[in-house]
Amino acid sequence: MMRQLMKAMCLSSVAVFAAGAASANEELARLQKDAKQWVMPAGDFANTRFSTLKQITAENVGKLQVAWTFSTGVLRGHEGNPLVIGDMMYLHTAFPNIVYALDLKNENKIAWKYEPKQDPNVIPVMCCDTVNRGVAYADGKIFLHQADTTVVALDAKSGKVVWSVKNGDPGKGETGTSAPHVFKDKVIIGISGGEFGVRGSVTAYDIKDGKRVWRGYSMGPDSDVLIDPAKTTHLGKPVGPTSGTNTWQGEQWKIGGGTTWGWYSFDPEANLMYYGTGNPSTWNPKQRPGDNRWSMTIFARDVDTGMTKWVYQMTPHDEWDYDGVNEMILSDQTIGGQPRKLLTHFDRNGLGYTLDRITGELLVAEKYDPKVNWTSGVDMNKNSPTYGRPAVLKEASTDQAGEDVNVKNICPAALGTKDEQPAAYSPETQLFYVPTNHVCMDYEPFRVRYTAGQPYVGATLSMYPPQGETHMGNFIAWDGKTGKIVWSNKEQFSVWSGALATSGGVVFYGTLEGYLKAVDAKTGKELYKFKTPSGIIGNVMTYEQGGKQYVAILSGVGGWAGIGLAAGLTDPTAGLGAVGGYAALSNYTALGGSLTVFSLP
Amino acid sequence: MLVRISCVLAIALALAAEVGFAQADGSGDPAAASQEDGKYLDKDGNPTYKIQADGTVDWYTYSGYRRYHSECHVCHGPDGEGSTYAPALKNSLKTMNYGDFLGVVASGRKNVSSSQESVMPAFGSNQNVACYMDDLFVYLRARANDALGRVRPAKREAKPEAYTKAEDTCIGKE
Repeated sequence: MMRQLMKAMCLSSVAVFAAGAASANEELARLQKDAKQWVMPAGDFANTRFSTLKQITAENVGKLQVAWTFSTGVLRGHEGNPLVIGDMMYLHTAFPNIVYALDLKNENKIAWKYEPKQDPNVIPVMCCDTVNRGVAYADGKIFLHQADTTVVALDAKSGKVVWSVKNGDPGKGETGTSAPHVFKDKVIIGISGGEFGVRGSVTAYDIKDGKRVWRGYSMGPDSDVLIDPAKTTHLGKPVGPTSGTNTWQGEQWKIGGGTTWGWYSFDPEANLMYYGTGNPSTWNPKQRPGDNRWSMTIFARDVDTGMTKWVYQMTPHDEWDYDGVNEMILSDQTIGGQPRKLLTHFDRNGLGYTLDRITGELLVAEKYDPKVNWTSGVDMNKNSPTYGRPAVLKEASTDQAGEDVNVKNICPAALGTKDEQPAAYSPETQLFYVPTNHVCMDYEPFRVRYTAGQPYVGATLSMYPPQGETHMGNFIAWDGKTGKIVWSNKEQFSVWSGALATSGGVVFYGTLEGYLKAVDAKTGKELYKFKTPSGIIGNVMTYEQGGKQYVAILSGVGGWAGIGLAAGLTDPTAGLGAVGGYAALSNYTALGGSLTVFSLP
Repeated sequence: MLVRISCVLAIALALAAEVGFAQADGSGDPAAASQEDGKYLDKDGNPTYKIQADGTVDWYTYSGYRRYHSECHVCHGPDGEGSTYAPALKNSLKTMNYGDFLGVVASGRKNVSSSQESVMPAFGSNQNVACYMDDLFVYLRARANDALGRVRPAKREAKPEAYTKAEDTCIGKE
């Protein structure tokens, strides 16, 4: 009797819990389908950055004009985009990570403002500027992931703190730059600090109270990585025991890198979330022999348990800082007459991958910039012992050249053919719209020592445009089924802005000079441009308010683009023969965070 | 009369500029006056660069180039040119002297106000930086005086034996 009662109680508590989870999930699942709102960083769980709004079309976008603007009051680089939930816009800034709630129905007035108090000592621990990639929403709360790794839930109506937890330790170089992602009843938080010997992880917190539910590391013992050696697969085969430590020397995995600061996606049907892990620490490959699993890896994890269903390591034993953190975009398309559930990913290493997102089967791996020269391609032969591995060309191997040797003309540069700036996918054209970098580098690794909380880099880099070229970026349309570029627009600087695709047949993106551009989704033809107050490293989003479609973009130059490009990658007087192409970004734009919102007259 | 005055003034200004160029940086005249085990020193005993007519640089300038582009360029931009969030060190060294440079690198500095949040971390405990302070200084001093362009030094003097010994002691041999 007692046992039965216990059983009944257990069952009912499970049921109650499940109902709570379902309601949070259902609200968000419903909201992400409402094109009038933009309720999560990429607009939807699938990370498509696609909107069915079509008031603004290829025919009328030329008439676009500025509807309103807003200064964030912060100068540093502004990545990410605001959210719109109901009549409220939620806007974040770079450090100090202010959040503004703007009342769209009431002259865009500041309904509330939240400014966390953070120790400024976190600033220099952040590689590459003090960016923040935005907030998330669920269950009446706005989630902010601060630079100092504090995760805070704010009441969406009042801005009051509901709960707060600390995800990492900036004293060890652990910082927060990525947006939180809410899947079901959990908010998933990544970590930055790959240049500080941080061991990457993703952590799930309960959206109700901030209680930690699970944490999965990128490397380490199976119980840390949340791997089942018999069930977790890599290219269809079980990974076997200790896969997160047995490709590292000694205990190097403890400072192994593999940080997790990209944009995550979620397939509610499969209950799987997808993300990529970053570079192994240090940048000197000689100091960390082995494949360094599971850095540079696509992870598919069960959202409820964190358990890893499958992994795919794109760049085993990285020699160039080709982080694998870029977004995973989910689509359903037909390949070879078969409808497939796909995952498409544009990696820093210059390869565009398409995989079966349920099984992790590799379907396509092709260069999305023809200049990519470190590999001759990925072995697609399932029976080959090197199946799924990229063939590294000797001329580009900084490991084979060894320490203290400067390897020249490697494409892409460490910035990658694409960095975090997210691509968009239109199910209507079945094309991906990809902002890219077009930059090469010299890379010389050397010996470094690890000190907690200090940079742990170990390579000297110099970056420049590909030989004989005068532009440093492209905006391309990509067919993920075949791995082919459909069209490509040259841009003078790297395109460091997230794209937006719409049912109006228009694709939007920003440029480092500060232009918001609209192009024809089918042809890439430029239809509109407007120069915003500062260079754009933010992502374009759209929403509808009072029957009108708006397009919004955060300006505020900075980020990694602000390092090299600000001063110009190379000496414009060095006689490289190019006119204008190597000019410094500082000739075009200056600092300053601001939001520009467009609409038709 | 007026013309003559302005001419004199112009010549004086030109002369001043020339003189200024010869002793352009925060540590005084960068000309190498002496040498100890491959390290060049100016007349005041501050480390300095030595770049020969054929472009051959001293070891410290070369080593500083490498260390700078590992440890410093992530914030301070390529070739000491600065970024959107950290100053151009090739300019900083025009007014900052050797002692102050060592102090800031070792202890860091904060410049946080409502309009900017510049924070330089303390590198005193980071061997990858602390063991190479002179290298970094010498490289940036060469950049500050335009003695070295935005290039990787092509030719260099050999790594001095005493340097190798000191480096091994400082950073530790693995």
